Amino acid sequence: MSERATPTPEADDSTSESAEAGEQPRTDEQRTEAEVEERPVTTGASSVVRALENAGVEAAFGVQGGAIMPVYDALYDSSIRHVMMAHEQGASHAADAYGVVKGEPGVCLATSGPGATNLVTGLADANMDSDAVLALTGQVPSDMVGSDAFQETDTIGVTSPVTKHNYFAGDADTVGDTVGEAFALAGMGRPGPTLVDLPKDITQAETGRDPGPARPPKTYNPQMEADTQDVKVAARAIENAEKPVLLFGGGVIKANATETARKFAIDHGIPVVTTMPGIGSFPEDHDLCLSWAGMHGTGYANMAITHTDLLIAVGTRFDDRLTGGVDTFAPEAEVVHIDIDPAEISKNVHADYPLVGDAGRVIDQVDARMEHSPDAREWREQCIQWKEEYPMDYAAPSDEPVKPQFVVEAFDEATPDDTIVTTGVGQHQMWASQYWTYREPRTWVSSHGLGTMGYGLPAAIGARLAADQMGDEDRTVICFDGDGSFLMTMQELSVAVRENMDITVAVLNNEYIGMVRQWQDAFYEGRRMAAEYNWCPEFDRLAEAFGARGWRVDDYDQVAEAIEEALAYDGPSVIDFHIDPAENVYPMVASGAPNGLFALSEDQL
Amino acid sequence: MSSEHTPENQASRAEDTHRRGLKGPSPEERPHPEGRRNSQGIRIDPEVEAEPEVREAVLSALVLNEPGVLARASGLFARRQFNIESLTVGTTQNEEYSRITLVVKEPEPGIEQAKKQLEKLVPVISVTELTEDAVRRELALIKVDGDHPDQIAAVADMYDGTVVDASAEAITVEVTGTNKTIENALDTFERFGVREIVRTGTAALEAGANATAKHWPDD
Repeated sequence: MSERATPTPEADDSTSESAEAGEQPRTDEQRTEAEVEERPVTTGASSVVRALENAGVEAAFGVQGGAIMPVYDALYDSSIRHVMMAHEQGASHAADAYGVVKGEPGVCLATSGPGATNLVTGLADANMDSDAVLALTGQVPSDMVGSDAFQETDTIGVTSPVTKHNYFAGDADTVGDTVGEAFALAGMGRPGPTLVDLPKDITQAETGRDPGPARPPKTYNPQMEADTQDVKVAARAIENAEKPVLLFGGGVIKANATETARKFAIDHGIPVVTTMPGIGSFPEDHDLCLSWAGMHGTGYANMAITHTDLLIAVGTRFDDRLTGGVDTFAPEAEVVHIDIDPAEISKNVHADYPLVGDAGRVIDQVDARMEHSPDAREWREQCIQWKEEYPMDYAAPSDEPVKPQFVVEAFDEATPDDTIVTTGVGQHQMWASQYWTYREPRTWVSSHGLGTMGYGLPAAIGARLAADQMGDEDRTVICFDGDGSFLMTMQELSVAVRENMDITVAVLNNEYIGMVRQWQDAFYEGRRMAAEYNWCPEFDRLAEAFGARGWRVDDYDQVAEAIEEALAYDGPSVIDFHIDPAENVYPMVASGAPNGLFALSEDQL
Repeated sequence: MSSEHTPENQASRAEDTHRRGLKGPSPEERPHPEGRRNSQGIRIDPEVEAEPEVREAVLSALVLNEPGVLARASGLFARRQFNIESLTVGTTQNEEYSRITLVVKEPEPGIEQAKKQLEKLVPVISVTELTEDAVRRELALIKVDGDHPDQIAAVADMYDGTVVDASAEAITVEVTGTNKTIENALDTFERFGVREIVRTGTAALEAGANATAKHWPDD
């Protein structure tokens, strides 16, 4: 590998040591840190890339285009691994999942106009799920902003409602600091997506400024520890509870507080319910675990939530899919609410004991104040009884098509505990979350708050790269997808093939937009408008056309073998499982209904 | 690398008769608690159900004086359906900072939520709800028909207002005062035939030596 002089607009190629005729264009050369430091900052764009390097960024996902080209040109000299995605939506989802798995902000890039607008879905998704993502978007030159120039969109205006904060870069000398600030802000406090809009004249302008380390804005100082008096009062309430429930949300995982949270639950013998984003915060095979509550949560989790007298909620925002009708949500319970975002306290559900701060630190604070555990033996027995009363089982008669739950369980059995599962959104997502036993944080990577169909495949690509960069090349990454979700972002298969990424896509194919079909049958007298495909591509052959491996499964006796072969194949593989198209997701709480009225079958809705 | 294909299994397509669902007591067979919450998520006695009353609050936000900060604040309020009565913005004694004054009408939890959401905006330094004692002023320009200049000047006087523009056809009066004063003045000027009105919205500061902003950035 040859040294390459930093290209400058006036660079004379003859001075470049490596400008030999016929030199192969460099693609993804790894450079040493020393070489990076030797490379001087010369332009706004190289300052942007230096800011990323200073922040420790190792990967970025993006799509090239006119206005972002200077930044890409600067990436040419960087050791940051860039993954060229097929569509910018794929870039934002991949960055999101990469960040989830790695526990740091994921980075995505897009050009101005359609590039930036294509990122919006992924940014909105990250915003709803409080995932740390940094988006860098190209913009038309400053003096053309506002003139409706080619590929101009008001990216700041478009993305303001779906980002934690966004920045319009106005100066080449400060653009690196701005990018560093945006990166730091994305991961700090309550995480979320941030965006920096980069006009082409700013990135092309000359500057020698090497931005320092990533620093959050001065005005941003999240409270990390709860008020000691409030902690004391909350600890008393927990000690005296007879039917306590811990509700672990996504915030427990984001705060890296799973160890602390688990220890607290086990030490004090308090049953644990998780939210859907909280899946993996507590081992689902533990006696105290009631899995997750809400619209398609388990019967026993919803019973516990309905009858608890003290709900200790950590890092959750009481989304309506969790609460059902707020009037009947935990109606007998006082609420302890631990959250880093003060605006979430009493937003949807009133907090009797508000504790603002970092999940791990506040749990430690509370634990230190606890003089004894609550006397909850009877309550624990009650919860275990509910587990027995409302089992998550399903019938799988051999004369009917393959059940999706069987496929999920077969995959779970065939893979190790640290396997990462990504999903799209719909029935397949619910089965993947209900019938897989999650034990570890950051193994469940899905779209919750926004409910973004198509999230699964680009997320698997992001998760795969994150695992590889963490030294876990042997870790398995499975994407459970629906036929509808797969059709939304399957172009990213081309990326998985090109980058030889070892992922396995399991399409739970019922040839329906299944969740919509389920609702039409339950609430619209079976009038199936725009929910059935009647014709679906053959996904196994489509996979082969992309250069991936493909299998089709129609019968139970093909399941195990297809899974084994797909997992063994070192590269992207797709199994098209033709599942029972009539299968529905239960339990189900009708929208806005009491959680305690969860239906176990359609006639109970 | 071709894959195994078997005949399509269409047997149960649209044959949805065999849905079994899950095991367990049906909703009627389960215990259900008596308790209830109101729409704000506060536990209530269902017998004496009451929604919190709407009240008016003046919020003062100290913000960085940078482009787009007003759009962020107003966009936030529109997006989250907070009822804004008025919004004003202007610089402070330090040109690096501006002050946004908002009058909102919401039930108690809504006011609290508006404050916290505003505080979450990155360029916002601090948000205070002003006390009853705060000095609140508003300015209105009222343009009326110019038929009775003397009477108009007299009414303007009543409200400590000033005639700021006069022609044979129309007279414009400036009135500054509390929201109540402005409302009264507008009512009184109705009789002269109001042509146009413009109002600034409320600007407010805490009374006495009390600081309006909870804190300034410690630079």
